[in-house]
Amino acid sequence: MATVAEIFQTMEYGPAPEADGPARAWLTQHGGRFGHFIGGQFTKVGTTFDVIDPSTAQRLAQVTQGTTKDVDAAVAAARKALPAWKKLSGHARAKHLYALARMVQKHARLFAVVESLDNGKSIRETRDLDIPLVARHFYHHAGWAQLAATEFPGYEGVGVVGQIIPWNFPLLMLGWKIAPALAAGNTVVLKPAEFTPLTALLFAELASQAGLPDGVVNVITGDGRTGAALVEHPKVDKIAFTGSTDVGRIIRRATAGSGKKLSLELGGKSPFIVYEDADLDAAVEGVVDAIWFNQGQVCCAGSRLLVQEGIAERMIAKLKARMERLRVGKPLDKTVDMGAIVAPDQLDRIRTLVEKGRDEGAEVWQPSWAVPTQGYFYPPTLCTNVEPASTIAQIEIFGPVLVAMTFRTPEESVALANNTPFGLAASVWSENINLALDIAPKLKAGVVWINATNLFDASAGFGGYRESGFGREGGREGMYEYLKPTPTPGVVPVVPVVPAVAVVPAARSTPPHSGAVDRTAKLYIGGKQARPDATYMRPVYGPKGALVGEVGDGNRKDLRNAVEAAHAAWKGWSKATGHARAQILYYIGENLSARRDEFAARLRAMTGATAKVAGAEVDAAVSRFFTYASWADKYDGAVHNVPIRGVALAMHEPIGVVGVACPDEAPLLGFVSLVAPLIATGNCVVAVPSERWPLAATDLYQVFDTSDVPGGVINIVTGARDPLALVLAEHDDVEGLWYRGSHAGATAVERASAANMKRTWARWTPSDWARPEAEGREFLREAVQVKNIWIPYGE
Amino acid sequence: MSHTLPRNAGAPLDLDLVLATRVNKSAAERRAATIPTRRTVKKEWQAAWLLRAITLMDLTTLSGDDTAGNVKRLCAKARHPLRDDLVDALGVRSLGITVGAVCVYHQLVPVAVEALGESGIPVAAVSTGFPAGLSPFAQRVAEIKESVAAGAREIDIVITRSHVLTGDWRALYEEVAAFRAACGEAHLKAILATGELATLTNVARASLVAMMAGADFIKTSTGKEGTNATLPFALVMCRMIREYQARTGFLVGFKPAGGIRTAKQSLDYLLLMKEELGDRWLQPDLFRFGASSLLTDIERQLEMFVTGRYAAAHRHPMP
Repeated sequence: MATVAEIFQTMEYGPAPEADGPARAWLTQHGGRFGHFIGGQFTKVGTTFDVIDPSTAQRLAQVTQGTTKDVDAAVAAARKALPAWKKLSGHARAKHLYALARMVQKHARLFAVVESLDNGKSIRETRDLDIPLVARHFYHHAGWAQLAATEFPGYEGVGVVGQIIPWNFPLLMLGWKIAPALAAGNTVVLKPAEFTPLTALLFAELASQAGLPDGVVNVITGDGRTGAALVEHPKVDKIAFTGSTDVGRIIRRATAGSGKKLSLELGGKSPFIVYEDADLDAAVEGVVDAIWFNQGQVCCAGSRLLVQEGIAERMIAKLKARMERLRVGKPLDKTVDMGAIVAPDQLDRIRTLVEKGRDEGAEVWQPSWAVPTQGYFYPPTLCTNVEPASTIAQIEIFGPVLVAMTFRTPEESVALANNTPFGLAASVWSENINLALDIAPKLKAGVVWINATNLFDASAGFGGYRESGFGREGGREGMYEYLKPTPTPGVVPVVPVVPAVAVVPAARSTPPHSGAVDRTAKLYIGGKQARPDATYMRPVYGPKGALVGEVGDGNRKDLRNAVEAAHAAWKGWSKATGHARAQILYYIGENLSARRDEFAARLRAMTGATAKVAGAEVDAAVSRFFTYASWADKYDGAVHNVPIRGVALAMHEPIGVVGVACPDEAPLLGFVSLVAPLIATGNCVVAVPSERWPLAATDLYQVFDTSDVPGGVINIVTGARDPLALVLAEHDDVEGLWYRGSHAGATAVERASAANMKRTWARWTPSDWARPEAEGREFLREAVQVKNIWIPYGE
Repeated sequence: MSHTLPRNAGAPLDLDLVLATRVNKSAAERRAATIPTRRTVKKEWQAAWLLRAITLMDLTTLSGDDTAGNVKRLCAKARHPLRDDLVDALGVRSLGITVGAVCVYHQLVPVAVEALGESGIPVAAVSTGFPAGLSPFAQRVAEIKESVAAGAREIDIVITRSHVLTGDWRALYEEVAAFRAACGEAHLKAILATGELATLTNVARASLVAMMAGADFIKTSTGKEGTNATLPFALVMCRMIREYQARTGFLVGFKPAGGIRTAKQSLDYLLLMKEELGDRWLQPDLFRFGASSLLTDIERQLEMFVTGRYAAAHRHPMP
């Protein structure tokens, strides 16, 4: 051991270990073996697997592999606890959440040490980031529980929620999942990752001691099979998942058509963009926080460094100097920057990908010092000479590996940043507020940090665009993921009757020739009436089987064209001001109103409705256009109260190009109810109108044409709804899909949507479109995605 | 080691660089806040680092009521900063631990020079109308010369803050260059009075200009401003020292001063130096603390390390 006099000369760092005695004592108290935590107690230990300390490769504990029976028991316990928990007042639930926040704080160091042992992340991070953020999440959501009745009137908890969390932030992800779920009145079955189950078990035990009623939080351990059993469990009302995009896809497919609510927080390949006027020393430190935080095992890690060409050389030189000073070592050493990689599989994956990068021509740079050989460690790594075409520029490595590329102009930086299937986060570095605030909205990402990175807070929603998933965690937007509209008591929903059997065409099925000029409904694509690709027509029959007219039988090529047209229009429409969009929506309403009688007559001819009912439907459609014209400049975002000197702007951004499959009931109003909120919020739509009575929609072309609707904002392709909806669901450049139709159709659409993780909103029970609930905030929420832009300030 | 270092010869005023330099305050604060949480030293390492901190100290008294008596007391402490029993218990007698310098007003320079005798401990004089620096320019230059003549080997000058606040970088450059010329062989420490410069960007720019004008050290504060040394100020100044070195090859020293009272604080600064500039800046020719009460707290912590008991200030000879 070095003497004081020797150290005085060398001025080196020495060991500064955090004691692990209390954490080990907790493991020993359980004999190092754990069952599940169900209904307020640990179950008997079953078939176990080992939990490994990744910094030593030694066994820490053994936990039980959850079986289908275990999942049944956990779901049953949650369901049993649900009625009482749901019935509690908001204040009573707030007191429980408050107690959980206090519990986490009281045992903060124990949680921090167990987490570090289990995951391999540094004690600095668990102590200063993970655990304080968990406590913060429970405090924040204690507030939402208290306020739930007044802030979310007409909403209630979804029910029993299955939550599956990853190994990179075990307790933090538990907090992000459990806090909003409980605040909203749900009960929970949570499955922690197989690599890192310990803090979840500790949490469950201590939560129970803190007075949380039995069964409100249940923890089952196990691998993917246990997770699959939870996902597929018929008594689970919602699945919340954080993890890889691949598993997210499996879950999306598995829950398709089940009616389970779903939120997915998936992978990323987030850009870290440095402009020539940035504070480069600050940006270098930002990179450290972006990619060498938690060994780079962070879904929102800034893993793609994009540097403006003129400063790239300086930036890279500064970065290498900084990397040389990073320290990797024992996670419980208070003087390391990075700990261990979670598991050998993950370490192998990182090594393999870096080697692939090298093979593809990347220059791989690592500091001169070596990482420990015992345990699973990987050094901070910088790859230059990387192009967007390189594998390592596209694939999420989930390790401490940064790839660097250059750009010439702000426009090119945006193009490169968005050149990825993911869209979780982005970091923008510039001292020019005009530039930074111009770039942030252009980035396809759920979170944008300006001159900062990896900032998190319970009050600001976190979640992705594109294949990084959907749903938000944190803030008001996160609460909605755990709420559903409360059915109005005592009111039986008026479900319009749509004859289930196709009408048999009358013997003479040609309309009586009136001598008028022939009028043929075509498709409506890019603001023009277009003949269907395959020139087949579909007959439209009246209630008694009389042929009312014909519409084009659209096919996949027509949809392809419509999607292209919608994208072309979206560039302008998404940037149009709310006021401009409002003007157009009002104008549509005005022009539709002027043709009220014509539309009513058309509805009567198709559906056989009375004059009064048909007229009322047209009136309601006019009103609906007015509603969304009203909303167009009012559906504001929010400024979140995050704990920095700065603001987090929660912006409502359109999803993009959204497919709409319309219901048969209310053929005009149903169409308008779905299309209007989407275009009001800046989306462009490709709509498949009522399959059976499409003429109400095709008649709208002329209304749109005379109302200054830019070509391509609304596209209409008539035809067989479910096959067309499926084409839209499978289209990788369609970013959202609203479906109203059959259960089979909804299932197919939800399943197919997994390919590009488009957001779907599918219903298969007919709606009463005349009711007030058929418009408003729920529709608007589904029509936008929230982007949180963090803007620290101060000079 | 201090003899091997070429002295900063200065550089032409590079206004392009000065004006292009911007500091992001929030990011600087985040980095400064995490240096003490990313690194720590414990046990033997902490003791050794605290001993090093003693050798990096400009033991200072800058009060209106300074007399020959209290300055002599200070100098005795400078030569003998640690109780013998502690020196022996730590096994560091061979290191001959003394403070880095004694820092006083001009009037007390002769007293300090005499009291420090052959110890080799230099005397630093605050100068140029310290602390506000608003006396006539000729007098400020003359003050430097008189202090040097009286035996001061280091001169802590103050800059004219208005040059920074009005963006008159050339005036600042010329002022510091004139002070440097007046110093002759004595080393010049340029006090920026960071607490009065309004922004971190100003602190960075003033740092660059002072170095271009030939400052041997840049120093945060007089100790008399509302805000004195802070880790964000230190971070920004160190980054500019790095930038200047990259451009000119010269190594410039850094001295935080004012408000550094605890052993823990002194370790935080040493961590910052090691992390941002490297071990070379843990030597007295490139790093000093300006402090008066810091030494006593370090003595207490060292005694705690040796005995395992919490220590009392009155058991250590006062400076």
